[in-house]
Amino acid sequence: MSFLTDRKRAIGLGSAKSGTQHHWQMMVSSVALTGLIPLFVFTFGYALGMPYTDAAAYYARPFPAIVAILTVLVGFLHFKGGVQTLIEDYVHGFARKALIIGSICLSYAAAAAGVFAIVRIAL
Amino acid sequence: MADVNRGNRPLSPHLSIYRPQLTSMTSIFTRLTGNALIVGALFVVWWFAALAAGPDAYARANGFMTSWFGDFIMFGSVVCIWYHTLAGIRHLIWDTGRMLDVERAEFAGQVIIIASVLLTIFTVIIL
Repeated sequence: MSFLTDRKRAIGLGSAKSGTQHHWQMMVSSVALTGLIPLFVFTFGYALGMPYTDAAAYYARPFPAIVAILTVLVGFLHFKGGVQTLIEDYVHGFARKALIIGSICLSYAAAAAGVFAIVRIAL
Repeated sequence: MADVNRGNRPLSPHLSIYRPQLTSMTSIFTRLTGNALIVGALFVVWWFAALAAGPDAYARANGFMTSWFGDFIMFGSVVCIWYHTLAGIRHLIWDTGRMLDVERAEFAGQVIIIASVLLTIFTVIIL
């Protein structure tokens, strides 16, 4: 008969000792993306291929612009977390650190460029 | 040592003799599709940047993305995004402790494959 709780028995036995925050961040961003992705696919897909003036007018509207900004932000945040897991699984040593830093820089740079562009179109 | 079989135990599955199952393949494709989406995502950012920059830049970006090669990338991205979204929903369900037995995990895998094909066809038809 054990008087220990399930939590007490499990604590400290994981191999990683950390990562809850990473998992939670991936969970939250994926929940957000289940709503954002369908909205973005059909608004962006509608605008893609339009003549310049039509596309600019379409993304001057609040709804497509806000959906695009949120999708770019949350999407690249989700990519940053996901690709980090990929790198950690397959790459070791110095290359691992370099690739993780590079992918974080790429994620923030692409998110900033996307948001800046959409804000500039919309305003 | 009581264990006379030491050093001759079954090892972890090696890829060369590994029989793929639906659960492992759908898991591998979740990672593959998610990371492959970086290509389409960067083209989408380029399209927005070009739209913000003006008509000439837009003509170049929009022209590329509606060319056969751009269509190919966007079609691949649509396949990846629907598959990865549905597989992500399966992960969210798993995170609650539900559907973790092999039978229901495999059923969910079949649903993901079929639904992502149907959603891709639907997307291609209406866009």
